[in-house]
Amino acid sequence: MAAGAMARRAAPLAWGGLGLLALGLAWEAGHRAFGPFVLPAPAEAGVRLAALLADGDAWPALAVTAGNALGGWLAGALIGAGLGIAGGLVGPLGAALRPVVTVTLGVPPIAWVVLALLWFGPRGGAPAFTVLMTAVPVVFAAAFQGLAARDPRLGEMATVYGAPLLLRLRMLILPQLLDHLLPALATALALAFKVAVMAEVLGGGVGIGGRIATARAHLDLVETMAWILLVVAVLLVCDGLLLAPLRRLLSARRPSGPVSAAG
Amino acid sequence: MLRFERVGLRYADGPVLAGFDLAVAPGELVVLLGPSGCGKTTLLRLAARLAAPSTGRVVNRFARTAVVFQEPRLLPWWSALDNVAFALAARGVAPAERRGRAAALLGRLGFSTADLRKRPAALSGGMQGRTAIARALVVEPDLVLMDEPFAALDVGLRRDLQDLVRGAVDRDGAAVLFVTHDVTEAVRMADRLVVLSRRPARVVHDVRTRPEASPAAIHRAAAALLDTPAVRAALLARHGEPGQPERPQIRPGRQPAPAAPSWPAR
Repeated sequence: MAAGAMARRAAPLAWGGLGLLALGLAWEAGHRAFGPFVLPAPAEAGVRLAALLADGDAWPALAVTAGNALGGWLAGALIGAGLGIAGGLVGPLGAALRPVVTVTLGVPPIAWVVLALLWFGPRGGAPAFTVLMTAVPVVFAAAFQGLAARDPRLGEMATVYGAPLLLRLRMLILPQLLDHLLPALATALALAFKVAVMAEVLGGGVGIGGRIATARAHLDLVETMAWILLVVAVLLVCDGLLLAPLRRLLSARRPSGPVSAAG
Repeated sequence: MLRFERVGLRYADGPVLAGFDLAVAPGELVVLLGPSGCGKTTLLRLAARLAAPSTGRVVNRFARTAVVFQEPRLLPWWSALDNVAFALAARGVAPAERRGRAAALLGRLGFSTADLRKRPAALSGGMQGRTAIARALVVEPDLVLMDEPFAALDVGLRRDLQDLVRGAVDRDGAAVLFVTHDVTEAVRMADRLVVLSRRPARVVHDVRTRPEASPAAIHRAAAALLDTPAVRAALLARHGEPGQPERPQIRPGRQPAPAAPSWPAR
């Protein structure tokens, strides 16, 4: 039984590994077909990444990018959730905020990067700000929907039993909200690293994006690929450490069956 | 005491109640019977203060009112134990005591220790229904409003829970206002049978009775009730044809009408 369950869990991992292996082989094939000036060998990029990590060169860049991504994500999550909850609770405020957020959602991150660079300068908080502006509408919409989708029948049940506000918040309102908020936070976090690196590429600086921009300027394709590998690795680690537990929590909490016993 | 005094209520599609009067005293189990959509659930909602009358007034002087809704209305993120303890937490009972009391009552209702930790999605429909009933009874209410609470349960479980509710009345002196479509359930449980007409609901039959125990007595009492002209007109008429008798449906809309009614055996 346990071995069967383990095999069921291991199978997707094995297939995932096979997929990554195929991607690596395609990279190697591309390298062989087009030469090192178009696509350096994966092994070479891997060795360069190891050297960057061993020299201690990569860690400060990683810290800056992580700071930009996580700082922007956290601030965006707090602002988005705060506005979404306020909008969900106060009808007119929600009606006023919704179109604003729809417009914000429609502005591409690259436009925010340009604006942020103009406002904050290339060394300022442009990447973190861009991440924040990307995260706010995603989290806002989820918080707003989470409150709008509250089950009024559960609210009636709580009213009948005289549940005070704090108990309702803890056992009713927050769990309903989290069902919507957790996937949005996960999506925003995945976006945060990509957007932070993109903003750094355009703005320069000492983050991973800045180092990619420098390597590109030197036509150092091996180092460019090494930094890209590092970003992907960071995303995978983030996914494993933050998003996977969130997904597990969500699937464990999700009410998966019909709740009604009587018609 | 719970009193409906000249209560009127109108929805968009017409009046549900018009000049409705009814009183429920402590220690009595009043069963409401009536055709579908006649306003029985509305009466419970008014008593629970989940709705307000358009005219007249509803006086509920009971201190602890509990409701068992038609659907279990369990919190899907929390265990069966937490769901029952919720009602006690709402009344400020300390965590250890509320968990103890909730576990004890669920244990009486057939929950194992492992069942207590299950979320509603992992419970069968019957167990969800029992959890909702436990949530109502755990607060030791003096008024219980029950809206077809046993509709999804099998005969044996239904009988056990009927006894549990009767116990709350006989032992603890609680009042119960109990809505059902099942005539046999009504005569098995009721101290008083109240039959309502179609909308706008009015009382067409209000009789003091004695809870029947034996299957034969339940059978006879149910047949006698359905033989009463006013009851027959209210319960057995087809829509749009008041007073036209049709084949009795013991539990209309819940399951195919059985060839012969299956009486709860004692």
